[in-house]
Amino acid sequence: MADSVRKILFSPVVDNNPIILQVLGICSALAVTTQLSTAITMSIALTLVVACSSSVISLIRHHIPANIRIIVQMTVIASLVIVVDQFLRAFAYEISKELSVFVGLIITNCIVMGRAEAFAMKNPPWPSFLDGLGNGLGFSAILLTVGTIRELFGSGTLLGYTVLPLARDGGWYVPNGLLLLPPSAFFLIGLIIWAVRSWKKAQVEQAEYRIKAMRQPAETT
Amino acid sequence: MAESGSSQMSPKPSSAHSSARTLLVAFAVCLVCSLLVASAAVLLKPIQLANQHIERQRIIVEIAGLMKPDLTVAQAYRQIDVAMIELGSGRVVDTLDPENFDIAKAAKDEQLSEPLPRSADPAQIRRKPRYLPVYRVNDGGGRLETLILPVYGYGLWSTLCGYVALRDDLRTIRGIRFYQHAETPGLGGEVDNPRWLDLWEGKIAFDEHGEPRIELVKGAVTSATPDSRYKVDGLSGATLTSRGVTQLLNFWLGQEGFGPYLTRLRDESERR
Repeated sequence: MADSVRKILFSPVVDNNPIILQVLGICSALAVTTQLSTAITMSIALTLVVACSSSVISLIRHHIPANIRIIVQMTVIASLVIVVDQFLRAFAYEISKELSVFVGLIITNCIVMGRAEAFAMKNPPWPSFLDGLGNGLGFSAILLTVGTIRELFGSGTLLGYTVLPLARDGGWYVPNGLLLLPPSAFFLIGLIIWAVRSWKKAQVEQAEYRIKAMRQPAETT
Repeated sequence: MAESGSSQMSPKPSSAHSSARTLLVAFAVCLVCSLLVASAAVLLKPIQLANQHIERQRIIVEIAGLMKPDLTVAQAYRQIDVAMIELGSGRVVDTLDPENFDIAKAAKDEQLSEPLPRSADPAQIRRKPRYLPVYRVNDGGGRLETLILPVYGYGLWSTLCGYVALRDDLRTIRGIRFYQHAETPGLGGEVDNPRWLDLWEGKIAFDEHGEPRIELVKGAVTSATPDSRYKVDGLSGATLTSRGVTQLLNFWLGQEGFGPYLTRLRDESERR
């Protein structure tokens, strides 16, 4: 039992990570990782939502008619997201303003829908909860890594505290402005995917086609 | 949680197909979810409103230049003198509490507001409140240093609500900030961009005759631009939001808005 718990909980962190293996949930990963604080809040919010929605959907899975299952899943997810958003507005007002639309967009995050449809509809509540939690942690691991790199090298701070004193404020570090723009998160996620797949060869996908060597063009007559 | 009334039915796939069951499950899910969402919204509302109140105070002290690192918002806000004025006459009234005055609510109230004809409504606010709060920062001798006025108007998608701060000459803009809007993030939403907000400092809002004249224009405004002191860079990709900001400022600084009050203040300072 303990083994299967560990497997469900931790396999999504490295072996079956929602971002780097399944390449889901990229949009919010690009948008909220300029600062570590927003990345942390987003990670907590998404982990809560995916764990709770998986448990709830798993609880009622035998009663959900197959023809409206996606809408039922969406309703449950959307309600949980609104509740999380309301809590953020009440208790973390500053962060909720920075996250703005992205908390609401957890509703459309493919990771949440994906776990509901792929796992929670077929498994009992406890494993579904663990699966949701594990996927949330997998998402968080990537978000926090990217957020740390972007904030540290993009603005020389971590959680708002100066780590690398900036040249324009009399320090020595010249920040890399690209890291504050969304494309840098793309590059970083790409590099992480490359690193993980070099380490775990099993994640390398079969090529769908092979580029043929270029032949000499047919001679024109 | 939502193990709805039909839990005694066996979970056979065939039973999940009848229309009545589908409707029942859909209804039960909606009911439970709406209760959850509604109770969260209602229970947390007081805390959220308090947050918004502090946020508005913070914006007021920031554009007044009163925010110091060692002060809390509440401490800095104590230096501000709030008064309620009647827009039409420009007189200060003391029958209304300016601190908890809800502009949005007042604009819907028959007693506290009046309808605006379309032709006189460039800011597209439909109804104009009769009374509005103004925020004054006075120096030691009671002379006005900064005047902060609430302004609002329609942009592209939403009503932009904010404050504009004027210097003691009542012509020069000290700063402008919006505390509420729902413009497109990245385009119209750039009204919150600190770099753009910095451009407003020192712009002149009124021409020689005291008529409001401030404008957002396309492209960068440099010192070579004719009349550059009346002009601010428009927001790229947000023509309608920029137009909205221009309109709402000219409306609220004009005769329909705070004009009578500003005239009264100017007369007062001339008499001194």
